[in-house]
Amino acid sequence: METINWHSFFFLLFASLACVFALAVVLTSNVVRMAFYLVLSLGATSGLFFLAGADFVGAMQLMIYVGGTLVLLIFGVMLTAKGPFISMKTSAGEWILGAIVGGSLLTVLISSATSVDAWRAVPREDRPAASQVTATRLGLGLLGARVDKLEQTDATLAGGMSGYLLPFEIVSVHLLVVLIGSAYLARSKRRAGGRSVGDHF
Amino acid sequence: MNLLSDPVGVSHYLIVGAVMFVAGAVCMATKRNALGVLMGIELVLNGANVNFVALGSELLRPGVSGIGLDGQLVALFVIVLAAAEAAVALAITLNYYNNHATVDVDQADELKG
Repeated sequence: METINWHSFFFLLFASLACVFALAVVLTSNVVRMAFYLVLSLGATSGLFFLAGADFVGAMQLMIYVGGTLVLLIFGVMLTAKGPFISMKTSAGEWILGAIVGGSLLTVLISSATSVDAWRAVPREDRPAASQVTATRLGLGLLGARVDKLEQTDATLAGGMSGYLLPFEIVSVHLLVVLIGSAYLARSKRRAGGRSVGDHF
Repeated sequence: MNLLSDPVGVSHYLIVGAVMFVAGAVCMATKRNALGVLMGIELVLNGANVNFVALGSELLRPGVSGIGLDGQLVALFVIVLAAAEAAVALAITLNYYNNHATVDVDQADELKG
């Protein structure tokens, strides 16, 4: 009996949680339960991020995805559901077709993921003893300085490893525009008296 | 091959990402509720994020000069864009619900031209 590799143990735990609840999202037809299973699946994925050494991304996954986007989706479920257990059935033919297409796609993806030698697991003693905290390096990368590729001396390759200042600005303005636009789009058009606000325009 | 004692590699993460991607794609294709389609999109984006983080991880590929920090940076952008996409799609869904009193995507074909 070999000793248990605790990294592998927690990877198996979080990976099985993420996969099982992702499949549960597909298989249930109750939209409230789908939202709950999606919360659990995305939370388990953040555990996978922590295990891969991406602590900042894992924390952002918990804060933005599970804390923000999913709350938005659950509000959408509550605002559009007529009853507490709304469900829309999918016909059996669509289930069979989806299972066939999804199963073949999954087979192709898994066979290609396991066939590359460079992606195999490396023995434990080759690993770095402790992973660095990534938040500082990520922040510098977003500001335009890549501190993880300083050893790159080839000018052509180093040119492709520039920072992410311009995409960061673009995505921030994009988020602002999108949130203002969606707030405008989803504004309530009817007052309590039944008069439409849009009539004045 | 003992799963509990063998170290975890990138391919393990890619398998998890593939399962989440396929689950999201099937969810997008088979759900009739528009919010179910949205949840499928979230699953697909999250499966892609798992792949990005795994391929950029120094812990899983020590000594390999892979994509480095790019994987985590792109994963952050994907998270932000997923939040933006969810906000817009939810606003459209609410607008459609206000006008048609349903979120069934099969009945949305009256939106055409």
